[in-house]
Amino acid sequence: MLYREAGQFKTSYSADQQIFPILQDRYGYWVILAIFGVLVPMLASEYWLKAILIPVLIFSLAAIGLNILTGYAGQLSLGSAAFMAVGAFGAYNFMLRIDGLPFLVALILGGLAAAAVGVLFGLPSLRIKGFYLAVATLAAQFFIVWVLVKFPWFSNNASSGVITAQDVVILGYHFDGPQAKYVLTLGVVAALALAAKNLVRTATGRAWMAVRDMDVAAEVIGIRPMRAKLVAFAVSSFYCGVAGALYAYTYLGTVEPEGFNLDLSFKILFMIIIGGVGSIMGSFLGAAFIVLLPILLDNVVPAIFGNALGAGFASNLQLIVFGGLIIFFLIVEPHGLARLWQIGKEKLRLWPFPH
Amino acid sequence: MSAAMAAENTVAEGRRIGDVILDLQGISLSFGGVKALTNISFNVREHEIRSIIGPNGAGKSSMLNVINGVYHPQEGQIHFRGSPRQKMDPHQAAAQGIARTFQNIALFKGMSVLDNIMTGRSLKMKCGLLRHALYWGPAQREEIAHRRKVEEIIDFLEIQSIRKTPVGRLPYGLQKRVELGRALAAEPSMLLLDEPMAGMNVEEKQDMCRFILDVNDQFGTTIVLIEHDMGVVMDISDRVVVLDYGKKIGDGTPDEVKNNPDVIAAYLGGGH
Repeated sequence: MLYREAGQFKTSYSADQQIFPILQDRYGYWVILAIFGVLVPMLASEYWLKAILIPVLIFSLAAIGLNILTGYAGQLSLGSAAFMAVGAFGAYNFMLRIDGLPFLVALILGGLAAAAVGVLFGLPSLRIKGFYLAVATLAAQFFIVWVLVKFPWFSNNASSGVITAQDVVILGYHFDGPQAKYVLTLGVVAALALAAKNLVRTATGRAWMAVRDMDVAAEVIGIRPMRAKLVAFAVSSFYCGVAGALYAYTYLGTVEPEGFNLDLSFKILFMIIIGGVGSIMGSFLGAAFIVLLPILLDNVVPAIFGNALGAGFASNLQLIVFGGLIIFFLIVEPHGLARLWQIGKEKLRLWPFPH
Repeated sequence: MSAAMAAENTVAEGRRIGDVILDLQGISLSFGGVKALTNISFNVREHEIRSIIGPNGAGKSSMLNVINGVYHPQEGQIHFRGSPRQKMDPHQAAAQGIARTFQNIALFKGMSVLDNIMTGRSLKMKCGLLRHALYWGPAQREEIAHRRKVEEIIDFLEIQSIRKTPVGRLPYGLQKRVELGRALAAEPSMLLLDEPMAGMNVEEKQDMCRFILDVNDQFGTTIVLIEHDMGVVMDISDRVVVLDYGKKIGDGTPDEVKNNPDVIAAYLGGGH
């Protein structure tokens, strides 16, 4: 009953083109931001911040990156984790080799390094589509990890390529506690998510979607499909790169190239499939779902079955539930949790009337 | 009263046919051993409605694809606005003011009507990636300025009520109309329409005819039309060119074409 747009008239195009055209959504957005930005860091336990909220945010960012490429521009990629690795190792090396480089600049430079590599591996997309492109990006996945292991220069000659992230200092403030790291992550992710939303609702995003839906028609009306695809690869890899750098600096602290393996790429792909292909909101929902589900199962399964099943079975059960859910979403709701959310909102607008 | 009538006349005169803006000479196009077009020459004058007709497989759509650069003919010359045209891609043709619609609807199915028509203005939008990401100042002003133009087209085509609907959910006739809108958004000087009325009922056809005539009349857009409905073609065309098996068999006003024995033979069979 409270969720109505009745009486909210748009009198200008700028009012009609807002991200949240409905007033209640706008309030809801600020309330959620206030909760996660102010209340959560004050109230949440260290475990929640370190093991759940920070990774959810970082994976959301990576999922936004992949969603830009796959959901909006329609180019399938299995190399997200590799681009995260480029971002992580890029930021590490910039911090290491340039004295006094501010952390946020290193973060952006790491993202740009990933963008450059992304464009390079996006070049095949100009000629091939679909599964064949996925295989080409698979090459990126293995090649990049191999390069990072093979050349010790990237990890400052550390054994087995493990790097330890430097301290994060911004304007003299040390971001070392979980609260501080969480707030920093949230700030970066929120800013980049807003930028992504802006990109997909303006000409850049329309060019991506046009290429995704019908590239011949896009070219005939004056969009350059090649340029749109490469820009999508660049922006997507930038997002993955920044996510990778945050993964090293605010989440794990120490990372190795093998950490950014194909499993991680698939995990990000599952996030966008379950969250919603072609939706920024869905990237957050998918990341939260995929991070929280194993924790939920870990707690729920022993509670129901006790220890009768054994630890091995519980971890297998996780995989079974995972696989089952992905098949379920592909069949029942290909647009993922974001679509369910949208349907729910549309129902709510009419409730309690049937139509 | 008479002044108003005079004004009306000059508007009508203003629309009336100008010089040749597109001249095709000896165009031949083949795919491997298949000859799609053989030695075809015709021209299009400014502000006219020029129809291309012919039986299925005559090469009509190939002809449009040659005009807007999707196909490159092996032989022949194309002059557009007086200057000979080199091999070009569709993007350049669009930049020169040639827009088109497709025989099988080629809308962007996942996007709303509004976004689809907005893509038609891609060439006129200049802001870059970073400005889009910030959505601040110039980028926002540009979006809104183009939105205003797009709303004019939405008004013109009478599709206000569906502007936020994803095009995949619209009925066929409306999708055709949205596709016309997307082409019009580019403010083209020449509009290529590939069977805009295929599969429509009589009312939808009448609406579409009205839109085509209005576009031609109000904006002075030159129209090259492929259509199978002979009633429509004979009614609204200024000149008609007839293709059969990739060859030109007739060219002229609707009346001339109607009485051309080759055309009659092509449509009704050789024996008559």
